[in-house]
Amino acid sequence: MSQLTFARAINAGLRKALDNDPKVVLMGEDIGKLGGVFRVTDGLQKDFGTHRVVDTPLAESGIIGTAVGLAYRGYRPVCEIQFDGFIYPAFDQIVSQVAKMHYRTQGTVKMPITIRVPFGGGIGSPEHHSESPEAYFTHTSGLRVVSVSNPQDAYTMIQQAIASDDPVLYFEPKRRYHDKGEVDEAAALDRALPMGSARVAAGGSDVTLVAYGPLVKTALDAALAASDEGVSIEVIDLRSLSPIDYRTVEASVRKTGRLVITHEAAQSGGLGAEIAASLTERCFNYLEAAPVRVTGFDVPYPYSKLEMHHLPDLDRILDGVDRALGRPNSLSGLEG
Amino acid sequence: MLTDEAGRGANQAPEPANSVKNPRRTGGDLVQLLTPSGERISHPEFDLWISDVSDEQLCSLYEDMVVIRRIDAEATALQRQGELALWPPMLGQEATQIGSGRALRSDDFVFPTYRDNGVAYCRGVAVPDLVRAWRGNALFGWDPYRYNIATQQIMIGSQSLHATGYAMGIQDDGADSVAVAYFGDGATSEGDVSEAMVFAASFQAPVVFICQNNHWAISEPVLVQSHVQLADRASGFGIPSMRVDGNDVLAVLSATRIALDRARKGGGPTFIEALTYRMGPHTTADDPTRYRDPNELEDWAAKDPIARLKALLDRKALLTGELEARVKAKADAVAAELRSGTINMPEPAPLDVFKHVYSEENSWIERQKDHYTRYLQSFSGSAQEGAL
Repeated sequence: MSQLTFARAINAGLRKALDNDPKVVLMGEDIGKLGGVFRVTDGLQKDFGTHRVVDTPLAESGIIGTAVGLAYRGYRPVCEIQFDGFIYPAFDQIVSQVAKMHYRTQGTVKMPITIRVPFGGGIGSPEHHSESPEAYFTHTSGLRVVSVSNPQDAYTMIQQAIASDDPVLYFEPKRRYHDKGEVDEAAALDRALPMGSARVAAGGSDVTLVAYGPLVKTALDAALAASDEGVSIEVIDLRSLSPIDYRTVEASVRKTGRLVITHEAAQSGGLGAEIAASLTERCFNYLEAAPVRVTGFDVPYPYSKLEMHHLPDLDRILDGVDRALGRPNSLSGLEG
Repeated sequence: MLTDEAGRGANQAPEPANSVKNPRRTGGDLVQLLTPSGERISHPEFDLWISDVSDEQLCSLYEDMVVIRRIDAEATALQRQGELALWPPMLGQEATQIGSGRALRSDDFVFPTYRDNGVAYCRGVAVPDLVRAWRGNALFGWDPYRYNIATQQIMIGSQSLHATGYAMGIQDDGADSVAVAYFGDGATSEGDVSEAMVFAASFQAPVVFICQNNHWAISEPVLVQSHVQLADRASGFGIPSMRVDGNDVLAVLSATRIALDRARKGGGPTFIEALTYRMGPHTTADDPTRYRDPNELEDWAAKDPIARLKALLDRKALLTGELEARVKAKADAVAAELRSGTINMPEPAPLDVFKHVYSEENSWIERQKDHYTRYLQSFSGSAQEGAL
């Protein structure tokens, strides 16, 4: 076991993948000599060379489009999109090519491409550097979408993503890059929790609180605070956003009867809506209250002095928990 | 056949003093080796790359062009008869597709568009597979790795990046094969084509961009796309280019060999603009009379790619009754194969809709498949049950 920051844990996972498979190639802007703007790829070009850790031209569609060609040739490209808000120029290649190639070719052409995306807010950035675009991709079949919440998962799941024969969008919570955690670098990949499985991050009995990525830590903090008031929250770290491990969420909701979902992304059409609808379909009779969403607002990501209002925090999550429990809350007296 | 495992065609040509040695040639005059009346014009550089083309191979190129024109006509007829939902004719572009397609080695990898059925024919794709997608029986007709030709791209220009990435992979593998991207004049306006040229130049990737300038992007004339010759755009990316008569199979063959040879020898990418004309509609759903001057069509009919090679064969006394009978028999046989292959194509099963979305098991797909299976089974005793 070693103490690693989130960023170092991903770095270690990438290093292991590069070591294990000569077909793994890293591509992105500033990932070589600089080691990435967040230093996630620090030192990798030096050790693996410019052909395996490639500084690309500044063209996101070009990065993903050439990755498609490399995948055609049998490579396993790992592409870094420098910031969440920069992924849109590559949207067409991701949605029309990466996601559909396996289906289009009836399984003959595989797209084992991993697309790493630092995402989410909380670091006081200018526009286009704090977005949460995951729902665009969970709505696209043919893609797998994951988001990691801690260094151990970051280390394990980047390797699982690269090893997957399906394309994976790997969302990294950039405001957690410097958080430290225990990482077992010797753990065998095949004994790890599968990439598609959710994890109960904290057991509880009164409310199920579903989170992923950067808000898992906030959710755990909220659970701790709630326990002081005698409220027992079960926190589920989704890990996989497409597909979602509904079995794990459903088992929890059947137990608690109450569901709160939190994410930074805007509410309408977001993952919270999908989870609420799916759980309602699956276990309506077990629900004691309507599912509650605690999310970013339906606004463009605001300037940084307002971001603390936009981002769900511990208090807003607990307010949502109170709504699910029918306790006095900010919306008491309002219908719906 | 001109396609040659040992790369014989190109490699047997003497090393020309002014092609590979002078790789920065850009755009310039239109290269034509064969006039519309079938006159063979000499060219100091391009001639060297086709000096090995025998009379027999000329006849073979002629046969290829006649056959793919016949495929086009048969597929159009099948569409009119309701057997295909749609067909994108390549009528008029036969020389570009055969001239380039026959220059390739089998280990080169082609990234074509939906209109490049002649190129696919050169790669050996079974003719019924050319229409599988247009009949709605698949999204795409063949195994790309079997013939080293990728899916026929419908998104305009996207495949130029795929070819460039594939070429980067060839480079990493230390191989001497080449990736070839086909696209049209309209595609040159797409960002992906520009990005592909940026990447190709930056990494000196072994990729050839073959731009079939057929003058029309559905209803938009090429002037809407560009106010410079398309070949001249390449120089801005640091990529050498050539501008050839795309209705001249020999000029296209020669240009493609020059570009392939450069790529194989580590000389990086080349852009070829083949000037041709889309004689038919964009697809069978299009009506070009709404936007196209019929005189223009007449002008281009006079530059027909097959007629001019036929005229050359005639001049060389190669156009015998025996040859014409042989070519006709081949075209008839291929058309019959296309027709019967189309009509007898097996229908997909309902649950195939869920197949191959992912290569690994996916709980969302499995659940929906399970529910739909139950739904279909709820019509118990109906024909649906057996179809599962």
